[in-house]
Amino acid sequence: MRKAEILTSIILLVISALVIYEASRLGFGWGLAGPQPGFFIFWLGLGLGICCVVTVLQLLLDRTILQGHDFIAKQSLPTVLAVFLPMVGAILLMEFVGFYIASAVYLAFFMRWVGRFSWGMVLLVAFFFAFSHYLLFEKWFLVPLPKGFLEPYIGF
Amino acid sequence: MESLANLWMGFGVALSPYNLIIGSVGVFLGIIIGILPGLGGTSGVAILLPLTFVMSPTSAIIFLTSIYWGALFGGVITSILFNIPGEPWSVAATFDGYPMAKQGRAGYALSVAFIGGFFASLLSMILFSFFAPALAEVALKFGPPEYFAVMLLAFSTFVGLGGGSAIKNLMSALIGFLLASVGLDIVTGTPRLIFDSIALLSGFNFVTVCIGLFGIGEILLSAEESLEFKGEQGKIGIRDVITTVVDIFRNWMTWLTGTVLGFWVGVLPGTGATPASFMAYGVAKQYSRYPEKFGTGVMEGVLSTQSAAQAAGIGSLLPLVTLGVPGSPTAAVMLGGLYIWGLQPGPMLFIEKPDFVWGLIASMYIGNIIGLLMCLLLVPFFTIILRIPYAILAPVIVLVSSVGAYAVNNRMFDVWLMLFFGVVGYAFKKLQIPLAPLAIGLVLGDMTETALRQSLIMSKGSLAIFFTRPIAATCTVISLFLFIFPSLRLAMPWIKNRLWTPQGGG
Repeated sequence: MRKAEILTSIILLVISALVIYEASRLGFGWGLAGPQPGFFIFWLGLGLGICCVVTVLQLLLDRTILQGHDFIAKQSLPTVLAVFLPMVGAILLMEFVGFYIASAVYLAFFMRWVGRFSWGMVLLVAFFFAFSHYLLFEKWFLVPLPKGFLEPYIGF
Repeated sequence: MESLANLWMGFGVALSPYNLIIGSVGVFLGIIIGILPGLGGTSGVAILLPLTFVMSPTSAIIFLTSIYWGALFGGVITSILFNIPGEPWSVAATFDGYPMAKQGRAGYALSVAFIGGFFASLLSMILFSFFAPALAEVALKFGPPEYFAVMLLAFSTFVGLGGGSAIKNLMSALIGFLLASVGLDIVTGTPRLIFDSIALLSGFNFVTVCIGLFGIGEILLSAEESLEFKGEQGKIGIRDVITTVVDIFRNWMTWLTGTVLGFWVGVLPGTGATPASFMAYGVAKQYSRYPEKFGTGVMEGVLSTQSAAQAAGIGSLLPLVTLGVPGSPTAAVMLGGLYIWGLQPGPMLFIEKPDFVWGLIASMYIGNIIGLLMCLLLVPFFTIILRIPYAILAPVIVLVSSVGAYAVNNRMFDVWLMLFFGVVGYAFKKLQIPLAPLAIGLVLGDMTETALRQSLIMSKGSLAIFFTRPIAATCTVISLFLFIFPSLRLAMPWIKNRLWTPQGGG
């Protein structure tokens, strides 16, 4: 947990450094008739940086804080990954084969692997989901969803 | 009393069978739109605007506003049940609504939201009906310094009394403001913080970020304990409704503050239900007898935000109708509709087209009643959704959220953003960095910065302007106090030691 805190603070510190750099590039003083674009973000970046420094110092100086807490408990990691990785896979899939196919595959996969549903149920729900969304968004709401390489065939 | 006669006529218009049906369809659509994360009430109204070209202007505005009321009601549903804000103005409802659902009180939370919100709408409509022109006058007196001071106040109520480390609250808020600054600078138009990425030119969309932070983040969190959603909940019987009403009466101060605050924020041009909901939450927490309990599932948390959001919804139509100035983004879309139908908003509208104006006002009453009834009847249905197995529900939520994220700009980048913020939300929750200040910073960031810059331009660089104008001064002073409060609290033991330790003994 301490490591996670320190790591996060360092990441945020780097970000605030980038922000301050950008602010100096845009100028953070008084412009032609008012504050320059960098004005607001300069102070924000500075504030963030100071907070991070304070946090890191607090943690380094007092070794008793947050001792013994785990960032992610060891037994939780598998289940969290089991939910997270398929999510990433589904969105990745969406890029290539489009929303409808990706959603059907993702739903089917998750139902089968995690929920251990029967194949019949899996296929039914997955297909129903993809089809109803097709109707809802393509035909009714008229909101185009990504369709990957199938775009020319089922896009409107 | 002339208003009363006009109102009566308005009811005659609004209760015609056609308008009644249109209104009901609108409310129903609005509820659905409100539930779907990402598909916002504003975009819903915009998408369906062309449908109204075949209707008379009165029916058209009834339709559009009904959608808006539906979305105001519906947005809380997924906030409470799944911690996914269906609308920007339902984000604050997740803070206490979702914990309540996890404790098995989802039905109660929903009824507090619906019934409290309905009463808030009622009061707002009365204020609207009888005080419209007068209120518009006062709203015009608000200039940039007042806006900035009000924003500062909203933001300070969170930092000043936020549970947990003050530094973490501050960090979260600063990150939120920074996220809001990405994109094109409002005043000068220069690109900021985009680091040569074209994709970021439009900045971070509030809805996408919130769906990721709260929705996806919550799914990842729920994956830790076990793969299931907790929070079975029963239905709402008559007894529960009565209990809710009684509880709302007992907390009438919270409800009243939320409503009045929300209504006023809605009336102010440019601010709508979203900022109102956050401010009301912050104020309710600040004045509560047990502020530390906010966030664990207190009904005032839900009551305050929902009352404010619905009151603001009504309030935002006020300047639209009286001055032609939209009080919120959604009102802006409706303004477009008004022009298309050939209507000229402003004081003359009351005189030239009274059936339109009063029909609209009457339909507000009706729309809200329909909304309330629909929602209450559907609550058992909604809570049953929670019983759908996790293996089906979790992917469905992810997919529906992805649609919402995608629909913002029609590109996959926003879906990846949503995922990214999901991880951020998960990480922040583990690190005990509160997400609420981040959300506020993101939603209020642009407005706050604009107000600040305009104020400084007005005062030629002097910060004194925030203290010389009465309204601005009051808000600024209170905010500063709330900012300093945690440091005072930390310093108290040290001060006590120095001042009260008895001297003597060497």
